This record gives sequence, structure tokens and C-alpha cells, in this order.
Amino acid sequence: MEKRVLFRSAWLPWVLLAPQLAIISIFFFWPAGQALVQSFQMQDSFGFSKEWVGFDNFRDLFQDPGYLASFKTTAFFSILVAVSGITLSLILAIFADRIIKGAMVYKTALLLPYAVAPAVAGVLWMFMFSPSLGVVAYMLRQAGFDWNHMLNSDHAMALIVIAAVWKQISYNFLFFLAGLQSIPKSLIEAAAIDGAGPWRRFWSIQFPLLSPTTFFLLVINVVYAFFDTFAIVDATTQGGPGRDTAILVYKVYHDGFKAMDMGGSAAQSVVLMVIVVVLTVIQFRYVEKKVQY
Amino acid sequence: MASLSFRNIIKRYGHGPKANQVIHGVNAEVKDGEFIVIVGPSGCGKSTLLRMVAGLEEISGGELRIGDRVVNNLEPAQRDIAMVFQNYALYPHMTNFENMAYGLKIAKVPKDEIQRRVDKAAKILELSHLLERKPRELSGGQRQRVAMGRAIVRQPQVFLFDEPLSNLDAKLRAQTRLEIQKLHRELGITSLFVTHDQVEAMTLAQRMIVMNAGNMEQFGTPEEVYHTPASTFVASFIGSPPMNLLKNAPGVQAGTILGIRPEHLDVTTGDGWAVTVETVELLGAERLIYGRIHGEQIIVRVEEGAHAPAPDTVIHVQPRGDRLHSFNAETGKRM
Amino acid sequence: MVERSPYLTAFSHLIMVLGVIIVGFPLYLAFVASTHTAQDIVQVPMPMVPGSNFWQTYHDALFGGGTGAGSTAPVARMMWVSFVTAIVITVGKIAISLLSAFAIVYFRFPFKGICFWLIFITLMLPVEVRIGPTYQVVSDLGMLNSYAGLTVPLIASATATFLFRQFFLTVPDELVEAARVDGAGPMRFFKDILVPLSRTSIAALFVIQFIYGWNQYLWPLLVTTSEDMYPVVIGIKRMLAGGDAGNEWNIVMATALLAMLPPAVVVVLMQRWFVKGLVDTEK
Repeated sequence: MEKRVLFRSAWLPWVLLAPQLAIISIFFFWPAGQALVQSFQMQDSFGFSKEWVGFDNFRDLFQDPGYLASFKTTAFFSILVAVSGITLSLILAIFADRIIKGAMVYKTALLLPYAVAPAVAGVLWMFMFSPSLGVVAYMLRQAGFDWNHMLNSDHAMALIVIAAVWKQISYNFLFFLAGLQSIPKSLIEAAAIDGAGPWRRFWSIQFPLLSPTTFFLLVINVVYAFFDTFAIVDATTQGGPGRDTAILVYKVYHDGFKAMDMGGSAAQSVVLMVIVVVLTVIQFRYVEKKVQY
Repeated sequence: MASLSFRNIIKRYGHGPKANQVIHGVNAEVKDGEFIVIVGPSGCGKSTLLRMVAGLEEISGGELRIGDRVVNNLEPAQRDIAMVFQNYALYPHMTNFENMAYGLKIAKVPKDEIQRRVDKAAKILELSHLLERKPRELSGGQRQRVAMGRAIVRQPQVFLFDEPLSNLDAKLRAQTRLEIQKLHRELGITSLFVTHDQVEAMTLAQRMIVMNAGNMEQFGTPEEVYHTPASTFVASFIGSPPMNLLKNAPGVQAGTILGIRPEHLDVTTGDGWAVTVETVELLGAERLIYGRIHGEQIIVRVEEGAHAPAPDTVIHVQPRGDRLHSFNAETGKRM
Repeated sequence: MVERSPYLTAFSHLIMVLGVIIVGFPLYLAFVASTHTAQDIVQVPMPMVPGSNFWQTYHDALFGGGTGAGSTAPVARMMWVSFVTAIVITVGKIAISLLSAFAIVYFRFPFKGICFWLIFITLMLPVEVRIGPTYQVVSDLGMLNSYAGLTVPLIASATATFLFRQFFLTVPDELVEAARVDGAGPMRFFKDILVPLSRTSIAALFVIQFIYGWNQYLWPLLVTTSEDMYPVVIGIKRMLAGGDAGNEWNIVMATALLAMLPPAVVVVLMQRWFVKGLVDTEK
């Protein structure tokens, strides 16, 4: 899309773009290029010798059960986070849409998790679920359920999912509410006149019209689950027990900075880059086009 | 105030063989202080022409002069012009005062002089009580006046109006038209006014440029354009209902088109052309008889009390001899 | 809605209240915990109403007087680091993006398309996918353990540029033309007209970027090793020494609440603008 009216200057646009271009060259493209190069190399732990190994790092990666497990974990984690997050927020948004009195209060209250850092969210939920002194853990034990996320992988996964979803509720809720409020009232009234009750109206009118929003949030939530949840994992389980909650981005960090496997970590970075590219392309291609009314 | 000179002005989009030429050589000399209307249907190039005078579009060929200066390569701010836009183009976050003062502020005019000019313009346009408000608080007509005020305070050599009345409702349009006329009488600044409405053109213009598909079809006073249209296009564009253009009427030679306005056809008892009536429109002050003659449509205007013939009857009409126009059937030009 | 059924309305309120409780419960608990002593909390179940240790806990948190097994660094210093980082990222990003978006939308120049795509691609490179080599660059430039290292690598990604670009495309062409006729050059137009008109987008971005900057975790984790350059979100993690009993949970919770305060204040203050800006422009 271009404006009809454009300024003409040989040098000004370059001056304006210079800061951004300079920074992205130094801190984006150069490192990304480095990651690419490093992923084809094998380094000893002191970084003194490098040898070119072609796709070896990648082959090792995809044959490494640890990595494949991490992939599965991440996929599982992100689906859970996306689906639960979207469902819960949708429910809240539907009922919020019906309320006129007190809407502002509810909205403000529901917005608060957005202001909580993922790391802090992790700490909060860990406090509540701590096997020895957590309030919720206590209540679960009273109900006969032996909660221990330090030993039980499923519990650990549940913990990070809950913390991650809790954080995302605000964001999803805002978008769903806006989506619902942009549906013309006349459509709903027409359906009501036609005899459709609220439950039916929701499924045949509101839900379909919300599908661009839903799809958009699906992509956003998956990206969030892949990348923005590092802090939650680090604060709560550190990828444990063992490596059972080591999502991909956590593994990159661990392998690169704790285990000092630069080549492997770089290869993992490259794989992540490919995933992000695919997700972003999907987002722009399908979502931006569809949300164009 | 200054004269305006168009010498073979051409506008082209793109380069080389795929270039699209949209204005094909406009030549016109506008006198100092004249109010010129550029009129034509959508897409004829009138706005493009105006924007070339403003400096918002590049001039692909020819020479444009304001006063003695050739201004082809000058920025808008250097041409000493002011413009009133169709959608007002007022800066929404500034007060009306600031909107009018903005151009002067940039030109570093001293503050008391700015105050003086804005107050004076506001007085002429009856906006003095609205100066501290923002544009969104005003009605469409008021906003247009602020836009005009912004143009006036610049005291330019040329005023440019780009369809300023199109966004107003009918009543407001008529009112604002009168205000523009009044303004021109008082300030006497050379003005170019673009519109697609031939009524606006006829009422406002001292002279008008009639444009069609990038060509200047005629440049003359409203009288000239109405009484001696230079082409079939001008003939049918100016005047409502439009002039009848007939190939098959009796007495029309091969290769020519006969033009006669509906108001210049008289209904007779037996002489003249035989017209088969299709329908009659009763318009209060007049009546329009739509009919067919030798397969072509013809419109006849009659007085309010005149007899309204029934459909499918045949009436006879006599054209007034001194009101006939002849056009070349191929070129459309007046002969 | 359509039916005025009181049952439905009451039910809706019920759901909303439930939602608020679920969402707010961790925060409430954190507050309660921060007002007790560590010993009170370790006794299971911990009390559900606030205690009387408020001032002591917060004092220990802010000024580092605790005796926990984990880090006991003063939170006040960490809050300051977080604050400076967030503000620098926010202001820097907004300024850079305004200029870049302006260049891309309002000028014609060679290689414009390429520049646009270069910036677009950075959307696909969040810091998490390039941590190793970016750390290398920062280290080589001597920017470790500094505000520069914490902020500059995060300051130029494309989200803000795109937001502004979308917005600029909706500004009517006639305003630019009127400004040109009035004699305004490009930078004058930018300063007097475009930026004032962008107020809502700038406000929305301010909130988003402030929170983004404040919440940064992975990057500061790598780039800072000295305690006095830790942002508060790192500090809070370091307070946990694994093994629950050793931690002073009351201080940890106090820190959590302190860490939440500035972003919450920013969100609540700018709520009106923020919600409108976020949804309108993301779409």
C-alpha cells in the first residue's frame, strides 16, 4: 500500500532509518548469521578449535531422543496452553459482553495478569503448589490427591501450563471481548426474532464470526507458549523433573550456557528460527488477510 | 494577485512505452483576478490539472507560469498559492485559530501580524466565535469556512479550490457558493475552482475550462459555452436538460450532427418535425416531453401550463432557426 | 443483550466473579504471605488473612536484610534497574520506530522495499532464537553488566515500526498536502502533525513496551552476572534456593508484589488508551 503523496529527498529517509537499520544489523542479522554458521560447526568446550561438520549437528539433533522429547513436550505444552487459554478467556468474554453494570471493574481486574512478569507468575503459582507448604497443594492432599511437581512430570507440566494460561487470560480476553462487541447487534436481534435462544445464537452466529479472532489468538498463543514462557519454566521447574518440562527454548539455553554445547545449541536455534518463520508467515498470510473487513 | 499561464501542459504517469498520458496539452491564459472554473465529468483530469498548479503533482510537459515566474519545479510553498480541499484537510488536533495560522507560523510571520490576519479572515467568514474550538466540533459548512480562512490569511497570488462544495448538502452548497462569490468580489484574487457540477460552473465562473478525458474542450465565458459550444461534448455537458444531438432529423446533412436545445424547440400545430411522444415529465415550472424522431431520442421543453400530450401520440416541433448548431459527426467539433 | 432475563444476568455476574477470583487469588495470597513472618508461612496451611509483619517484610525485601537461603540482594536496587531498563527500551523503541515508519510510509527512495523486508524479518527473530551469538556480540562490545547491554539489543524489533506504519497509512493524504501547501517540510510535518495524531498508538505502545522491558528475563539472565545489575524478575528467581523450607517466602512474595506494582500502575493508568490502541492496531 502506498500513499499518494510522498516526500522527495535523497538523504533524509536514510537518516531516519539509520538507527533501526544499524541496530538490527549488529544485534539481529549478524548474530543470526553466526548462529547459522555455528550450527554447521563443532567446537570444543573452550572454543579454541572449530571444525566444519556440515549437517552433523542437525542429524545428531534429530536422532537425539532428548531433543525429540523436548519437541514433543513443547508441542504438547503449547497446545494445552493455547486451547485452555482460549477456552477460558472466551467463556469470560461471553459473559462479560452481557454485562453493563460493573463491566469496568471486571475488566480492570482481569487485566492485571498482563502486568505480571512471567517469572513472577511462575513464582506465585509455585508458591501455591509447593508440595511442602503450598496452599493449593495442601487442599489437593486433603482431597486425597498427592501433589508433587518436583517428582511427578505430569504435575510439573500441569504447573507450567496453569501459570502460562493464567498469564495469557488478559490478552485473550481483551481480544475476544473486542471481537464480540464488533458483531453488529442487528444480527443477534434478527436471530432472536427467528426464535434462537442464547446458546444457539452463540454457536450459529457469534462463534463463527469470531473465527478470525480465534485463529489469530491461536497463532499468538502458540508463539507465546514457544518463546515467552522461558521465565515460567526457569522459575518453577528448571526443565525438570529430569528434562521432562524442558521446552525447546529452555533446552537451547541449557545446552548453550550450562552444557556448553555451542554447535548443538546453535543448531537448535536455527530450528527455532525456522519454526518462528513458519508461524509468522501463517499469521501474516492467513490472519491479516482474513481480518480485513 | 497574478495571471496564470498554461502552455501545452501535459501529464504522464510512468515512463517509456507503457506510459499513460492523462492530460493532453492544455493551453490557457488566465488574467489577473479572474475566477476560472475547471469543469468536467469524473476522471477527466480536472483535479490533476489543479494539483499540478498547486505543485502536488509533477508537470510532465509544457510550462506553467504564475505571474512572470515559471513554476514547474517549485515546491507548493514557493509558488505563493493557497488551496481549499474537498475534505477540508484541517489539522484535527489544532484549534481553528492554529489551523489558520499554521502556514503563517512556518513562514515566520510575526505573531501580531498573524493575529491580525486571522481575526480579519474570521470576521469576513463569520468564524470569530469559533476560533478556539477544534475542527471536530464544527459542522461541515463551518469547517469549509475555516479551510477557506486558512487560504485567505496566506494572501496568496492564486486561490485553488478542489471540489470544496461536494461534501456539503444541497442547501449548504448554495449558501457557500454565494459566500465564495462574495469573497471573490471583496478580495479579487485569481482563483481556480474545480467541480463536476455544471450548475456550479455556470454560476461561479467568469470563464470556464471544460475538460473531457484529458482534453480541454473549450475555454470561454458561461455565455460562450452555452450559446456556442465547441464540441458535442460541451454541448451535452452544459445545460440541463442536455442539448439534443440528432443525426437523422430532416435537413441534417450526412456527416454532421445537428444540435438544438430542448428550450429552443416550439410545439406547432402541423409544421416542423414529427415526434412520437414516449413520456412527459411534469416539473412544476416547466414540462419535458421525451419523444423519438427517426429512431433518435429528442427532448422538448414546454411551459408549465402547456398541453401534455399522451404517450404514443405524434406532435410537431419547429426548431428556432437561429439556435441551430452543427457539429462534425466524426470529430464532434463545431463546424 | 437481547433477553432481559435476570437469571442470565445474575449467572453472568457469577461467572465474572469466579473469573476474578481465579485470576486474583494468587495475588491475594501473595499479599497475605508478605504480611507474615517466614515461620508463619511454613506451617501448613498458611493463614488466609493478612498478618502484622507488613513493614518488616517489605523493609527486608527492599533493603536486603533477610536470612533466606537464596539471594538476599536489596530489591530496591533491582527495581531501579528494571525501571531504567524498561523506560529506556520503551522510549528508545518508540522514537526509533516513529522515525523508521515515517521514512517507509512517506518517502520514495531506492531500496525502500528491501529496507522494509529487512525490518519485517526481525519480527521473526525474537531474542530467544539467537541467544548464543547475540550474547557473543554484546560480550565482544564490552556491554555485559551494563544498561546498554540490557537495552540496546532489544530496542529495534519491528513490532512498533509496524504498528506505526499501519497507523500512518490511515492518516488522510490531504493533511500532508495541506501541510505542504502551508510550507511544511517533511520533518516539520512529522513534528507538528503526524506525531500529535499518533498519540493513541504511542500510548498503547508505551504500555506494551514498558511491560515487555520490565518482564525481560532470558536476556538479562545471560547478560548480567553482578548482583547490582539484576532486574527484579531475575532477583526474585534467585531468591529461591530450591528446597522450600530454606526460602523466606514472605520476602519472596513481597518482592513479587513489588515487582508487579509499576507495570500494574502503568496498565491501569493507561487502560483506556491501551485497550483501544492494542486491539485497533493489532487488527
